Amino acid sequence: MENNLIQIDKKVERRSFLKKLAVVALAPLTVRILASDDVKLKKVKKWILDNGYIPGDHKWGMGIDIGKCIGCGRCADACKNENGVPREPFFFRTWVERYNIYENGDIKVDSPNGAIDGFEYIPSKNKMLRSFFVPKICNHCDNPPCVQVCPVGATFKSEDGVVLVDTDYCIGCRYCIQACPYGARFLHPEKLTAEKCTFCYHRIVQDKLPACVEVCPTQTRIFGELNKKASPLVRFLRMNKIGVLKPSLNTEPKVFYANLDMEVK
Amino acid sequence: MKNFFSNLPEQVKRLSILLVIIIIAFIVITSFLVPKDFGLIGHYRASAVQNNANVKLQYAGQEACADCHDDVWKNKLQGFHKNLACEVCHGPSAQHVDAPDQFKPQKPRDRNFCPICHEYNPSKPTGFPQIISTSHNPRKACITCHKPHNPTPPQTPKECEACHGEIAKTKSLSFHAEIACTKCHETSEKHKLSPRDNLPGKPTKREFCGQCHAQDVKSAPDIPKINLATHEPRYVCWQCHYPHLPEAQ
Repeated sequence: MENNLIQIDKKVERRSFLKKLAVVALAPLTVRILASDDVKLKKVKKWILDNGYIPGDHKWGMGIDIGKCIGCGRCADACKNENGVPREPFFFRTWVERYNIYENGDIKVDSPNGAIDGFEYIPSKNKMLRSFFVPKICNHCDNPPCVQVCPVGATFKSEDGVVLVDTDYCIGCRYCIQACPYGARFLHPEKLTAEKCTFCYHRIVQDKLPACVEVCPTQTRIFGELNKKASPLVRFLRMNKIGVLKPSLNTEPKVFYANLDMEVK
Repeated sequence: MKNFFSNLPEQVKRLSILLVIIIIAFIVITSFLVPKDFGLIGHYRASAVQNNANVKLQYAGQEACADCHDDVWKNKLQGFHKNLACEVCHGPSAQHVDAPDQFKPQKPRDRNFCPICHEYNPSKPTGFPQIISTSHNPRKACITCHKPHNPTPPQTPKECEACHGEIAKTKSLSFHAEIACTKCHETSEKHKLSPRDNLPGKPTKREFCGQCHAQDVKSAPDIPKINLATHEPRYVCWQCHYPHLPEAQ
């Protein structure tokens, strides 16, 4: 356990180093302490996983382009395969919803078996205004309500921004399931612990994409780092008009939607 | 100070001793019950991060496939499916990477699979290629016409269809959809200029159909076979079977 804590030499930032160097060069008479402190390397403690992955160095997020989703449900299927989610149609870590918006203002949302078996066309007397698919997943909020309510500290926001569940520590009280405004959590029927999307944590620590992103046939889902400029996600955020689900709740989601319709909740 | 303790009522003294015992017991019990790594990096067990990372991999990722199957990979990169990961169709295959001989990934070859994405649905974004599977060459497996690794649709000759549209439509829905018109009808180029003076040929002998359907010829195993000598020898084939829709009764 304690072996996972490593000391890392944190380099002094170039800009601040140059600034202070200038101060030292221009004013050699200024107090010596100022300069002597800067050149020292600061020792910082970091948590490290067995394969060398350092959670503190990352910040993960996901982008979803609603305009590209074809509702094939391969993401929901792959998620169940990858994470051993029960096959019954009540348990999903990710799923796809279909929004039918009619001319008279009616909105119908359905998600038969999380879209794994596809969508049947539903005839309606009302004239359709627009219709589209919305993939849903845990939003990995930066300010997660589910973490706030956990009485034992079994769910938490990891240093890389991923909201995880400690299944050994969870007592199955279901507070977090109630607290999640996105309905992204469920109770595992056999383990009786809370379950949720982990961004396929075992995959991202190995530098692989989450299963749903890997199999998406139309590149609807984009996964990447939020604070590295070269990441595909940052490019996605730059190139699209972005919205998040339920912004009024101040949960600060890290799943960003492009082409988000105002009816999507 | 001495006065303060001696002036304390007896019950307060006793209660305070009890309180101290309770506090000590709380500290001792929590030090045993709370895991050592709890609170090391946050209000959670630090090793739970490792637990989450220890789940077994099921999907290997397409880079792993490309390492061995680079020929298929290069072919796929040229077609419309270039952005499609291998494991969308072939299923989770991390086991195949570990033991290539023991675990074979799935190969979906029937008609139910491709329509998962390509079946028409008005909610799908415009521009995505879609078909209505009940009328799009029914009963034929998709892979007879479309190569899944490079699924450009086959070019159907429009030459015959321009005039013989009804026959072409009927044939396109039949088991004979893939057979070119000219395989059975010998047609000279002049037929296009003056059709009635240059009629195309028609097969007249039982042996012609027997090229595929006779018992003793080598043809695909799903083609129905008969014994030419005993199967209604007094009739020619088309008297009972309509060649453009052979499944019709």
